[in-house]
Amino acid sequence: MAQAGIQPRAQSPAAHIRGVADAVRRRVLEHTLNNNGGYLSQACSSAEILATLYLSVMRLGPSQEPLDPRPFAGVPSSANPGAFTGAGYNGTKAPELDRFIFSPVHYALVLYSLLIELDRLGPDALDDFNRDGSTVELIGAEHSPGHEVTAGSLAQAISQAGGIALARRMRGETGRVWVFMSDGEFQEGQTWEAFAALAYHRLGNIGIYVDANAQQCDGPMDAVMGIEPLAERLCAFGAEVHEVDGHDPVALAAPADSAIERDRPLVVIARTDPCRGLEQLRERAPKLHYVRFKSDAEFATYRSLLDSLRAEAC
Amino acid sequence: MMESVQRPHRENLIRWAASRPEVLVLSADLTSSCEADGFRDTYPERFFSMGMAEQNMMGFAAGLAREGFFPYIHTFAVFICRRPFDQVAMSIAYPNLPVRLIGFLPGITTAGGVTHQAIDDIALMRILPNMRILECGDATDVESVLDVAQDIDGPVYVRMLRGEVPRLFDPSEPLRFNRARVLTQGAEVLVLSTGICTEEAVRATQALRTRGLDVGHLHVSTLKPFDDPTVLEAIAKAKRGVITMENHSVIGGLGSAVAELMAERGLGVRLLRIGLQDTYAHGASRQYLMREYGLDAMALVRAVASLIGQPLALTEDDLAAVRLETMRQVDKTEDL
Repeated sequence: MAQAGIQPRAQSPAAHIRGVADAVRRRVLEHTLNNNGGYLSQACSSAEILATLYLSVMRLGPSQEPLDPRPFAGVPSSANPGAFTGAGYNGTKAPELDRFIFSPVHYALVLYSLLIELDRLGPDALDDFNRDGSTVELIGAEHSPGHEVTAGSLAQAISQAGGIALARRMRGETGRVWVFMSDGEFQEGQTWEAFAALAYHRLGNIGIYVDANAQQCDGPMDAVMGIEPLAERLCAFGAEVHEVDGHDPVALAAPADSAIERDRPLVVIARTDPCRGLEQLRERAPKLHYVRFKSDAEFATYRSLLDSLRAEAC
Repeated sequence: MMESVQRPHRENLIRWAASRPEVLVLSADLTSSCEADGFRDTYPERFFSMGMAEQNMMGFAAGLAREGFFPYIHTFAVFICRRPFDQVAMSIAYPNLPVRLIGFLPGITTAGGVTHQAIDDIALMRILPNMRILECGDATDVESVLDVAQDIDGPVYVRMLRGEVPRLFDPSEPLRFNRARVLTQGAEVLVLSTGICTEEAVRATQALRTRGLDVGHLHVSTLKPFDDPTVLEAIAKAKRGVITMENHSVIGGLGSAVAELMAERGLGVRLLRIGLQDTYAHGASRQYLMREYGLDAMALVRAVASLIGQPLALTEDDLAAVRLETMRQVDKTEDL
């Protein structure tokens, strides 16, 4: 019989999510070092959002796919029945289970790293990253682990997710559709067309998490094209909007943790820091979109940073 | 006399969809204009108004198709092929999803002017892998194209006709996938026509045959894939040359497809392409524009004369006097 008081306190769900998010950052940093390049700031900003979705928000079944990702089986066509998507890593499709639609697929490395931390992908899966003939692509495709739709042309995934949500409602399914988006996608007109349609058709079985890191390829978003006030805009479009600290697992999960039947889309704007957990990155501001080390000295700095992060985690 | 049918798609869609609960219609504020109002009123639970937002509509259609539904997008051809081209390419064509894109007002069939005239739609859809393209030329094509589209595994673009549509072909002979209709056989000159150009071509070929010219004529309704053996055989037999006739730019449409086929097969006869000669059009009546841009029967007569190198004593009055009747396909063994 266990004795109260001397057992180590079980880790809280939020602490677990934080631990997974930090592990994701380390893994992405490691691969940015190995490849001398990577979408590192996206890992810093989104790690808690994606970890919270997988660990606390979404109802997903166990992975249906091998730990070692299958090689690319060719593009979809009538002549290629072997083509597949990476959706099986998010579990089977069932009426009561949720679905995950990953929109900013240049975050692929973050998603792969998370899938590894969650044992949905094997620990060596990133050996295939950006390797010719592999599905673990640099910019995720619909055949990449964890991906379900073709989304690299930004803002197209939200509309496809809307169609999936509409189909699920027609079939009377209880599972929800979760979409992960980046804030830059709110510069595209299609995003606003999609929100108009989601609200007009009263689709309450869809929820959208936005990594609002305020960064894009050319630099800070407010130096490229403003999208604020994003919450007010989305409210005006008929969505239920929550603005939260995007690094706080409890705050991230709270809006979704509701038995309320909705008749409008849920949006969680996760305000995030693109350098979170890697203070060193701030030196590179304002250009954070894609990190490539400029000198041996900089590489060595990040290498030792990874070593110290690993030591902290032990 | 040739029959014409009022709004054949409108009634056919209602009838055809009755036994197909998986068929949905998506519309972008052109529901009656695309003859989908009957479907909307009959099956309101299967009709979705997506507003004037074609890019999003393509994505919704893709999502619905991934879930096992068959979305039939109804809008003008220009709004399928131009504005949301990226969405059609990435959300629909790449994953080979069974979305049916029903495009109305092909070419110069509208007085709506350059913004409403799809003169490049076949070219744009032809370059998309996985996309198949069908074009209707009469009421029988309109009434049978849905069956053909629905049997296709993947996305289909249909060039549809609306309003008063002539019945050129016997209703007992439906449109067949990747099979041209052989309207006349002939070995001297071969005419390949699509869409509304077929009616004009028939007017000309009938008059030409009365002058003893051995002209063959095929109505093409599948523009992609483009490997119909009927077409290949007919081209191989054409001694003096081939003329294509289409309600589209001569770049990227039927004329281009035929040119590619002839070059690849080494079929070395001349090819003349009737169509919009790399020009935009403007708002005017169909008859006016067909004459202005040389898409009418007289344009075909001129092309034949050019091909055989001798003038043909045919006037517009001669062509106007041609009586058109609903045709049956020529039996391929018939000796002409």
